[in-house]
Amino acid sequence: MILTKAQYEEIAQCLVSVPPTRQSLRKLKQRFPSQSQATLLSIFSQEYQKHIKRTHAKHHTSEAIESYYQRYLNGVVKNGAAPVLLDLANEVDYAPSLMARLILERFLQEHEETAPSKSVINSMLRDPSQIPDGVLANQVYQCIVNDCCYGPLVDCIKHAIGHEHEVLLRDLLLEKNLSFLDEDQLRAKGYDKTPDFILQVPVAVEGHIIHWIESKASFGDECSHHAYLHDQFWSYWNRFGPGLVIYWYGFIQELDCNRERGILLKACFPTNIVTLCHSIA
Amino acid sequence: MAAVLESLLREEVSVAAVVRWIARSTRGSEDNPGEAAALSSLRPLRKEFVPFLLNFLREQSSRVLPQGPPTPAKAPGASAALPGRPGGPSRGSRGARSQLFPPTEAPSTAAEAPLARRGGRRRGPGPARERGGRGLEEGVSGENLPGAGGRRLRGSGSPSRPSLTLSDPPNLSNLEEFPPVGSVPPGPAGRTKPSRRINPTPVSEERSLSKPKTCFTSPPISCVPSSQPSALDTSPWGLGLPPGCRSLQEEREMLRKERSKQPQQSPTPTCPTPELGSPLPSRAGSLTDEPADPARVSSRQRLELVALVYSSCIAENLVPNLFLELFFVFQLLTARRMVTAKDSDPELSPGVLDSLESPLFQSIHDCVFFAVQVLECHFQVLSNLDKGTLKLLAENERLLCFSPALQGRLRAAYEGSVAKVSLAMPPSAQAVSFQPETDNRANFSSDRAFHTFKKQRDVFYEVLREWEDHHEEPGWDFEKGLGSRIRAMMGQLSAACSHSHFVRLFQKQLLQMCQSPGGAGGTVLGEAPDVLSMLGADKLGRLWRLQERLMAPQSSGGPCPPPTFPGCQGFFRDFILSASSFQFNQHLMDSLSLKIRELNGLALPQHEPNDEDGESDVDWQGERRQFAVVLLSLRLLAKFLGFVAFLPYRGPEPPPTGELQDSILALRSQVPPVLDVRTLLQRGLQARRAVLTVPWLVEFLSFADHVVPLLDYYRDIFILLLRLHRSLVLSQESEGKMCFLNKLLLLAVLGWLFQIPTVPEDLFFLEEGPSDAFEVDTIAPEHGLDAAPVVDQQLLYTCCPYIGELRKLLALWVSGSSGRSGGFMRKITPTTTTGLGAQPSRTSQGLQARLAHAFFHNQPPSLRRTVEFVAERIGSNCVKHIKATLVADLVRQAESLLQEQLVTQGEEGGDPAQLLEILCSQLCPHGAQALALGREFCHRKSPGAVRALLPEETPAAVLSSAENIAVGLATEKACAWLSANITALIRREVKAAVSRTLRAQGPEPAARGERRGCSRACEHHAPLPSHLISEIKDVLSLAVGPRDPDEGVSPEHLEQLLGQLGQTLRCRQFLCPPAEQHLAKCSVDLASLLVADQIPILGPPAQYRLERGQARRLLHMLLSLWKEDFQGPVPLQLLLSPRNVGLLADTRPREWDLLLFLLRELVEKGLMGRMEIEACLGSLHQAQWPGDFAEELATLSNLFLAEPHLPEPQLRACELVQPNRGTVLAQS
Repeated sequence: MILTKAQYEEIAQCLVSVPPTRQSLRKLKQRFPSQSQATLLSIFSQEYQKHIKRTHAKHHTSEAIESYYQRYLNGVVKNGAAPVLLDLANEVDYAPSLMARLILERFLQEHEETAPSKSVINSMLRDPSQIPDGVLANQVYQCIVNDCCYGPLVDCIKHAIGHEHEVLLRDLLLEKNLSFLDEDQLRAKGYDKTPDFILQVPVAVEGHIIHWIESKASFGDECSHHAYLHDQFWSYWNRFGPGLVIYWYGFIQELDCNRERGILLKACFPTNIVTLCHSIA
Repeated sequence: MAAVLESLLREEVSVAAVVRWIARSTRGSEDNPGEAAALSSLRPLRKEFVPFLLNFLREQSSRVLPQGPPTPAKAPGASAALPGRPGGPSRGSRGARSQLFPPTEAPSTAAEAPLARRGGRRRGPGPARERGGRGLEEGVSGENLPGAGGRRLRGSGSPSRPSLTLSDPPNLSNLEEFPPVGSVPPGPAGRTKPSRRINPTPVSEERSLSKPKTCFTSPPISCVPSSQPSALDTSPWGLGLPPGCRSLQEEREMLRKERSKQPQQSPTPTCPTPELGSPLPSRAGSLTDEPADPARVSSRQRLELVALVYSSCIAENLVPNLFLELFFVFQLLTARRMVTAKDSDPELSPGVLDSLESPLFQSIHDCVFFAVQVLECHFQVLSNLDKGTLKLLAENERLLCFSPALQGRLRAAYEGSVAKVSLAMPPSAQAVSFQPETDNRANFSSDRAFHTFKKQRDVFYEVLREWEDHHEEPGWDFEKGLGSRIRAMMGQLSAACSHSHFVRLFQKQLLQMCQSPGGAGGTVLGEAPDVLSMLGADKLGRLWRLQERLMAPQSSGGPCPPPTFPGCQGFFRDFILSASSFQFNQHLMDSLSLKIRELNGLALPQHEPNDEDGESDVDWQGERRQFAVVLLSLRLLAKFLGFVAFLPYRGPEPPPTGELQDSILALRSQVPPVLDVRTLLQRGLQARRAVLTVPWLVEFLSFADHVVPLLDYYRDIFILLLRLHRSLVLSQESEGKMCFLNKLLLLAVLGWLFQIPTVPEDLFFLEEGPSDAFEVDTIAPEHGLDAAPVVDQQLLYTCCPYIGELRKLLALWVSGSSGRSGGFMRKITPTTTTGLGAQPSRTSQGLQARLAHAFFHNQPPSLRRTVEFVAERIGSNCVKHIKATLVADLVRQAESLLQEQLVTQGEEGGDPAQLLEILCSQLCPHGAQALALGREFCHRKSPGAVRALLPEETPAAVLSSAENIAVGLATEKACAWLSANITALIRREVKAAVSRTLRAQGPEPAARGERRGCSRACEHHAPLPSHLISEIKDVLSLAVGPRDPDEGVSPEHLEQLLGQLGQTLRCRQFLCPPAEQHLAKCSVDLASLLVADQIPILGPPAQYRLERGQARRLLHMLLSLWKEDFQGPVPLQLLLSPRNVGLLADTRPREWDLLLFLLRELVEKGLMGRMEIEACLGSLHQAQWPGDFAEELATLSNLFLAEPHLPEPQLRACELVQPNRGTVLAQS
């Protein structure tokens, strides 16, 4: 699913200020029936994350936290079964899971003697049963299962998707009889940067030499691609030479501009792989 | 000087005698007494003859309209002679075009700067003293200067100099007499100065003459690197005008004086020649070329004579720069017009014809005639130029017209030439690959250092890429763009070992990007053909196109360009400058020196003259290529070594003089050289490897500062080089001596070096007749590298791109254009990083070694290479093999020993260091087996490899000997390494294993538990875990709401979902532990919602809630999944968490039977123990519940605890209290 920048922007335009709920997703799918759901979800998620990154700070001022907490308290006093926290998050345009974390932190601060550690908070978010207040536990749980962009469940889904695609890629490499070293092997050898796979014998794809392959189970938009370039792809190039990135959920066509420089983008496993012929007489 | 030329012209002495006179200090036996007498009186002037001659020719040619190459560098005359310019040439400065030494009244227009600068380059012997040439001072101090003429004697420092023309000793502190180099020369009044020869030079217009002379190659440390490094690069030489310029007129004055001392002389003209002052016609509108006609040559005989003397000087290497002279001759050949209209010249009277008083070149015809005369004498050099130049020469109509014979020879040479020089461009950056052996954590002192270096590598390449993208953009500035980032990165290099890592990366990248091998692309190192070339020309073509786009064309900047950092080299130069890190520079110098030593000492194959068959051709190509790679690498490394080593001493200020200089010299002479180049040069000469050593040494020296040549240490080097230069007479060829092209390369690089501004001007003309004296004690075998045809035109032109200026000149003549050319690029072919050939093991084992040596002597060199290669590889593989087998076994033993230890000592295991010691003491003795195993390995592997690599037809005896030698060498290599290192190796590996084991001991023992894979028949078609988590999450979110009225799930969907979950859990292909954990948790949440009947069901309102039976069925499915399919822990206790049980509180009427059912099943299936459930139920009571709910909960609790199988009596009692528990619950 390779989109032009214009196509991508059309989609992104529809995502402004849309809350990360399953209802929003459903509407998006109706709006762009020709795009794959996974691609849309990935774009949605990334756009939403960008939005949150931009607005994150304003929700974290002590005034804001205090006001959210008071609204939460007032809300649950009125009706503990109502989706108080979720509505609050949607109203102030903040991710429900993050709102849950915010309120939970604030709650624990009030009820515990020491400030809660990050791991305690994370553990409570993963398993709200551990939250000492039953009402808050339910509110938090509701936020988490209703958030399709943040939260431990979403994180796990993303991780699982990433892992699944790596496995998929590994199977494809095995199927094509391309021998490789995977991340774990590379780490064991002491490599400081490890792409998903390093080919032991380079191949060529569309005329470009490929030494390594990185699997990305997301849509390659500008923001994430540049971050990946800086943190990963160029680092791989710096060590292993040119390579291939597979954005399984597609990417913006214009980003595939470093082919000549040694970073090739694809949205699927390449079909025409040229291998080194050993039989040259 | 003029006297000599005059007597020559009058045929008083023969050309041969003159040349002998110049070249040798002693009188040649073949000189006839008359000649000897004529010349001996002039002896003191001997050294001045060549500079005089060169100046004379330049001056004479000054009227030829500047037509030179379009490069600003080389429009020598353009500026000065351009008529119509403001401040146009006056009588005095007229000659600036090609005059070797600029006239006294220095033209000061910017346009003329190049000339002046170039003028600064070429020196007669005289100015040396003015520059404070220390080495000369002693000799000089006793001399007198000629009085009336004011002409100071220059030249040799020979103390035994006759005194006839000597006057007062020079006053070195007199700034007028010895002006600082670069200052505007004083006026001519009353004093003559040695003239300087002007060499054409590249110019940047804004430089003015009055700036102090600097070595442009060394931007001041403090200065911000220019936005375009190339501007720095090409910005010329010394900026100043050389002191002591003298016009030809003054020379003539001198000449008259000289004559007056010689009674036998013919009458002298008494007035300056009128034609010198003739006004220069405007050039405007008359750009057509003047045709040259051999019939209209004015004084053939005189021209022939001068040409002969000049040619002889060139042939004897009496001129500093062969190619500069050729360039000059080519300029004459392609001169377009005479400044003065020839026809208007008055016919010269016969009386002046033979004297110097009449112009040598009176017309274009004369120029061309002279040029062709000279070229005829140098056919051999010409024929060795590249094919393109030969073609242009052969096609030159003037040449055809003036010498059909020469043209014919050139044409033949062209047709036979294979010397195609390809001018390709450098490749784009290819990164240095990560090699675990040198780059992994074990090579760093700490984790921090390791990770810092990781970041640095990335920053380095980021900077490099940015440079590639931007360095050609106008306005982009290296320092501004990258400087702070580079310094920040260098600032992180704290540990010394990190510096060496970074330097290694830097140096490797430098070699990879900037080395320009001589071969025609593709595989550069025979043993490491790169994949690109093997993939086919198509792919390679793409790469080249990419490179073309990345690289800008680059002009080499005239026949004597300053040392530059073209292309990618600029990046490394600017990086060093911007980094301005003392530590980095030191480590870099260490590393460069080491690599230079290593490459310089590389045993390159030597020429075996008896090897004349076809096979040797193939071998020679390979050897030439290897030589080229080594030489170019050396030159690159040496250039950067020179750059860094002399960096602290170079600055924009003029070189110091007087006392200041003395103190600097005293100080500097204490400093040991960064690399003992003198010894390396001496050894190189002794071993007849000058062709390898001298070119890189020249690169190194080209960056020396002004003081360097004055230091005794470096002076020795220069003297050696000068002697070498003089000895490289091209016409002398003999068996076992240096090959022609090798000589040509050395002459080119040395000639270039002698033009470097920091090389003292006097140096070249200083040495006493060295050609006879130059005999080095060669300790080398009779055929050193010098005698091997290792240099080809490609290498010559790659090393000396300025030779290509000759071709440009000719091409320009053809095109007639005056536009800039500059499409000439250096060729750099992509290379791999592999090392440069393997050094054979050279330990000699007495007779056997000598026998082996003898064996190779009569075999083709390829055999030896093969054997050495095989031995090297097998030896290395042997070590790896031992590592993978013996050492790996020992490591496994260590691991199991360690496990035992841990079991006996408990979880703590004791001190790791102590553990390691125990293990090593047990295991290291086993390392002794390594030698035996290694020997066995080499015996097993080497013969096959040798057999596979040698020709099939190799005689059996030869083959078996080769095999045995390979086995021996490989064994020797492997065993030497193993015996020295095996213990350390075992220790290291065991240590790594111990820390691995100890680390693994710590966290998550559960995660390391055995996991079942999917069944063999599994085709991995199960739904993906991520999909299921996502689906279940949707159900959960629907259940907890909020939801739209029409939202819900169908019971079928739920059933299907659980079915899929089962499939996914059974196919482990895509399942990772975190996913399974979340699935487990989600399934528990789902069960809780089922139990609490919280799942909204789609369908008619009546069916809004799930039927009991359906719910039980779904719970059954879940129970089965938990029991059978989940491999990780399932948090079943969450079923009884207050939150999940609390879900029941919201339902009305509350139904407890599903929970009870679930609890029973959990116990039944052994998923949870009774006690566990009991505990959970117990803790539930502690939570706060609504009153009725708490009661019901208590009832449930009691009911469950009263299960029939329970052994505890009190629970039975409870059961008795509530006999019909199901009904009760339902009713409550």
